[in-house]
Amino acid sequence: MPALAHTVQAKFASQLIATQRYREQETAVIHREGLLPIARWLKSDAAMSFDFLMDISAVDYLKFGRTLSSAPTLKTPSPLPYYMTPKPTAETWQRGVSNDDYRFDVVYHLFSSRHAHRLRLRIPLTSADPVVDSLTGIWASANWYEREIWDMFGIRFTGHPNLRRILLYEEFQGHPLRKDYPINKRQPILKTPANAANSP
Amino acid sequence: MASAPDLSQLNWVTTRVDAALGWARKFSIFQYPFVTACCGMEYMATATSHYDMDRFGAGFPRFSPRQADVLFVVGTISQKMAPVLRRVYDQMAEPKWVVAFGVCTCTGGFYDDYTTVLGIDTIMPVDVYIPGCPPRPENVLDGLMKLQDKIAQGAGTTLAAGLSVRPPELQVPHRPDAHL
Ligand code: SF4
Repeated sequence: MPALAHTVQAKFASQLIATQRYREQETAVIHREGLLPIARWLKSDAAMSFDFLMDISAVDYLKFGRTLSSAPTLKTPSPLPYYMTPKPTAETWQRGVSNDDYRFDVVYHLFSSRHAHRLRLRIPLTSADPVVDSLTGIWASANWYEREIWDMFGIRFTGHPNLRRILLYEEFQGHPLRKDYPINKRQPILKTPANAANSP
Repeated sequence: MASAPDLSQLNWVTTRVDAALGWARKFSIFQYPFVTACCGMEYMATATSHYDMDRFGAGFPRFSPRQADVLFVVGTISQKMAPVLRRVYDQMAEPKWVVAFGVCTCTGGFYDDYTTVLGIDTIMPVDVYIPGCPPRPENVLDGLMKLQDKIAQGAGTTLAAGLSVRPPELQVPHRPDAHL
């Protein structure tokens, strides 16, 4: 059976950035312009029939591979425990685009209950224009996922019927899962003398 | 001819009434469990028959703050939940007491982030702190007995109006560069 990502590649070559396969998990990295046609095709094509959008998430690569946190800073026992030993290079992960040009990835996980196969789509987005088309018209389950990503990462979804914060409150400034949000900056709704001391 | 009442005798009577009231109150705690997170499992273990909170007269949860004396705050309190919790507290009638159940409610616990209240004593007065993540039922019963002692003495920080302020050594300063 040909790899799913390669089928996508054959049909939408101009929209495809890369395909990846890691431990039987297939990923297609695509341009955002291709999202709607590819998603429609993945849902309606008989050989694909991805009827279930399992999950949408996002990643911020602002400091990926650049900060000290990727190198061990604590004194560690020698020899290193298994989870700290460097991975063999064949397994190191390739994003498909440069972290400098593309700050965010939006990640979609699809599942077909007819063929029991899965596919992951990744869409790199720039920090100046973090906008992508909404999938609410194709899979209704996209609705709350996209609101959560807007809430946490500030990525906008054009065509979403109700793009409001879903977890945080409307008064909240900024998007807390962005890597440049100060890690413990608090914005209490209920302000008291005691918690004012702990808020910036 | 009747003599004037002896005031010192009257004082003695009122102290005895307070003591009797305190003794009665400490065995008839109507609690309001404000359960938001994992500590709730340990609260349930304490409240049900194996550890049996009812032995201490605290077996009857009321889910209306108007009918409750003791607010059990059980679990992580997020910034979004803080106004709700404060309103529940304000709706309770005097005399009232507050128990911070679990380290999340005592100090924020290991959550040092944008969403968690760093201890409910930053938004309301607290009488008894029960640390632990989650505290074992024995620990909870210990806290409950401490609360009973406090009730019997007629003491309660919540009787005094206004918010309690954390002692300076317990205040957690904001660290803007902590993520670097
Ligand atoms: S103290 Fe621990 S067990 Fe209790 S709510 Fe917090 S994280 Fe959960």
